[in-house]
Amino acid sequence: MTPQSPPERKHTISVLVDNEAGVLARVVGLFAGRGYNIESLTVAVVDTKKSLSRITIVTSGTPMIIEQIKAQLDRLVPVYKVSDLTTEGPHVERELALVKVCGKGEKRVESLRIANIFRAHVVDSAHNSFIFEIVGSPEKLDAFIDLMEPLGLVEISRTGVVAIARGTKTI
Amino acid sequence: MSTEKPIGAQILLQALKDQGVDVIFGYPGGAVLPIYDELYKQNHIRHILVRHEQGATHAAEGYARSTGKVGVVLVTSGPGATNAVTGLTDALMDSVPIVCICGQVPTHLIGNDAFQEADTTGITRPCTKHNYLVKDANDLARTVHEAFHVARSGRPGPVVIDLPKDVAMGQGTYVPPAAAPHKSYNPRRKGDPALIRQAVKMLSTARRPIIYAGGGVINSGPKASKLLTEFVRMTGFPCTLTLMGLGAFPATDKQFLGMVGMHGSYEANNAMHDCDLMIAIGSRFDDRVTGRLNVFSPNSRKIHIDIDPSSINKNVPVDLGIVGDASEILTSIIRGYKALNKKPSTRNLAPWWKSIDKWREKKSLSFKTSKSIIKPQYAIQRLFELTRNHKEVFVTTEVGQHQMWAAQHFGFDKPQHWLTSGGLGTMGYGLPAAMGVQVAHPNALVIDIAGEASILMNIQEMATVAQYRLPVKVFILNNQYMGMVRQWQELMHGGRYAESYMESLPDFAKLAESFGAVGLRATQPEELDDVIMEMLAVDKAVIADIAVDPKENVFPMIPSGAAHNDMLLGPDDEADKSFAEEGMVLV
Repeated sequence: MTPQSPPERKHTISVLVDNEAGVLARVVGLFAGRGYNIESLTVAVVDTKKSLSRITIVTSGTPMIIEQIKAQLDRLVPVYKVSDLTTEGPHVERELALVKVCGKGEKRVESLRIANIFRAHVVDSAHNSFIFEIVGSPEKLDAFIDLMEPLGLVEISRTGVVAIARGTKTI
Repeated sequence: MSTEKPIGAQILLQALKDQGVDVIFGYPGGAVLPIYDELYKQNHIRHILVRHEQGATHAAEGYARSTGKVGVVLVTSGPGATNAVTGLTDALMDSVPIVCICGQVPTHLIGNDAFQEADTTGITRPCTKHNYLVKDANDLARTVHEAFHVARSGRPGPVVIDLPKDVAMGQGTYVPPAAAPHKSYNPRRKGDPALIRQAVKMLSTARRPIIYAGGGVINSGPKASKLLTEFVRMTGFPCTLTLMGLGAFPATDKQFLGMVGMHGSYEANNAMHDCDLMIAIGSRFDDRVTGRLNVFSPNSRKIHIDIDPSSINKNVPVDLGIVGDASEILTSIIRGYKALNKKPSTRNLAPWWKSIDKWREKKSLSFKTSKSIIKPQYAIQRLFELTRNHKEVFVTTEVGQHQMWAAQHFGFDKPQHWLTSGGLGTMGYGLPAAMGVQVAHPNALVIDIAGEASILMNIQEMATVAQYRLPVKVFILNNQYMGMVRQWQELMHGGRYAESYMESLPDFAKLAESFGAVGLRATQPEELDDVIMEMLAVDKAVIADIAVDPKENVFPMIPSGAAHNDMLLGPDDEADKSFAEEGMVLV
């Protein structure tokens, strides 16, 4: 309705939650129910003693929407902490992908050469295929996948982004 | 007493008792039989048997909203839980603290599509503040205590506890309520002092201020309403209230501008539009209040005080958001204001009050009286006048035109005496809510102002009313239409009254009698007072069927997609205002 809505921006948000049944459903349901984007989502236990999980969500929206997302997340009872890494200073983002490339001859050699440049590892090798494991920023993974496309790329599995603030700062 | 550990059902009842619960609204079924068995054996907690689980949830809301305590619901698994969903959603939207205990199939059957199984935690996740599935009787007591804490603290809301039958029958250890803070949930109560100082500064320079308060003030407790009243009188600022906030400031006060919003008063809406400083307290800029957002109060600075951080900057960007409890923050602001050297003088505010008086002259709530037909507004006015001398009057409503007329013409001077479904707009809310109020306040006068369409949505609760001899008064404004639907069809859909005429209505007087209540009817204006007096005189439940003008519409009105200063004042106003198409898609 507003005539000039401010531009949407990508944000990486870390959420520390109680590792209890249904907590992921609460977070995902919140995004679905309120119509927010999820570009990537990762979750795993990070503290078994305190039973805490960390959810990393990459989302996009106007500043008002992002503020809403954070407030809505913080309102959930099992949520300890919501941290917007994008606005809270420098941070590191990493993603891992497994990329399967099938081919023979020159294309097979070329794929291996590019993998070397990207410091991707071969984690499986068969007569007509490689599986590369690549770690890096999402942009690096995108670039690698783009280069593999003409070389016999058949399947991709990505973890989604995990992120953490630089320096001594903690969530 | 044996040294044996208690079973889940006993733990549950002990926990409820320790939480101060004296009444439960519920309906038995297979999965909750162990709990009912324990209820049968004790005398601390009273159980009110409703006739439909939705009725139980609204009754618990009525109980909670009229007492400030947590309302408690007990239903069985599957259909018991799904029937409660509307009431849970209603409580979520209107921030009403209720705890709903749902039976569940035994843990080993969960996920097997067992008889009367539903994924209750899945279904209720988006319509509760929080929910729990208890898988071990040893966790039950702690879970119940936490559920009550979550329901009543911060922004209150409904909490579900899903309790499998084997857990209710299994043994466990009871733990009493603990004072330790919750590990991840600790809502903020006190406002940030720096922000409060800034707010006080903004107050001191305002020339055209308005205080716009809502249900959050009521939820904060009667103290907040006292503080609000003190604040309004101290500053000399005008005050408007939302539908949910009625009673937070006395309707009889000369600084009260009436309700704000779609069917609010002309003066309240124009003051909201023209103000230079808006102080929102426990109100959430709902679309029924703001109208068209991009023309909402365009030239004001806005302070928003709310206990829920997600309410701030949700619909309307504000200049200053203060998170915290209304009582706490009002106390701090009043202290800060008193300490000011330079306060806005009455002289500074005089031009603003002059504008307000001009708007007031429009008398936007007036209506054409009639000698031949009962005008619905007149019926509410008479009901208000004739109940004024009663010590305690609680009014609940259903949803529709009658609700708006009740809000406009029944004055509330005290908080917690007006109960209506604001956020969700649940037809069928009023009768069970009235039941809950009457259970909590046996000697008070409790009136459900209803429409003939809404009342039929939970009419079965008349049996509950009869069973517990609750002298609830159902005052039906019978216009033989789903009036609000008809009004929108008239204004926006060329008068094509698709399915909004109520055919085959029951004889409400006879219906009342069949439930053991008293049935009354008024069809002429001169009969109205007698019917109301008789309704009040009878010490029994009454359905008073008031035949009102079927063509009457609710005015004033901000049509969907319009600005606050673009109100329809009455039927003669309709012709020359066309409805924007973008407004038509709004509800």
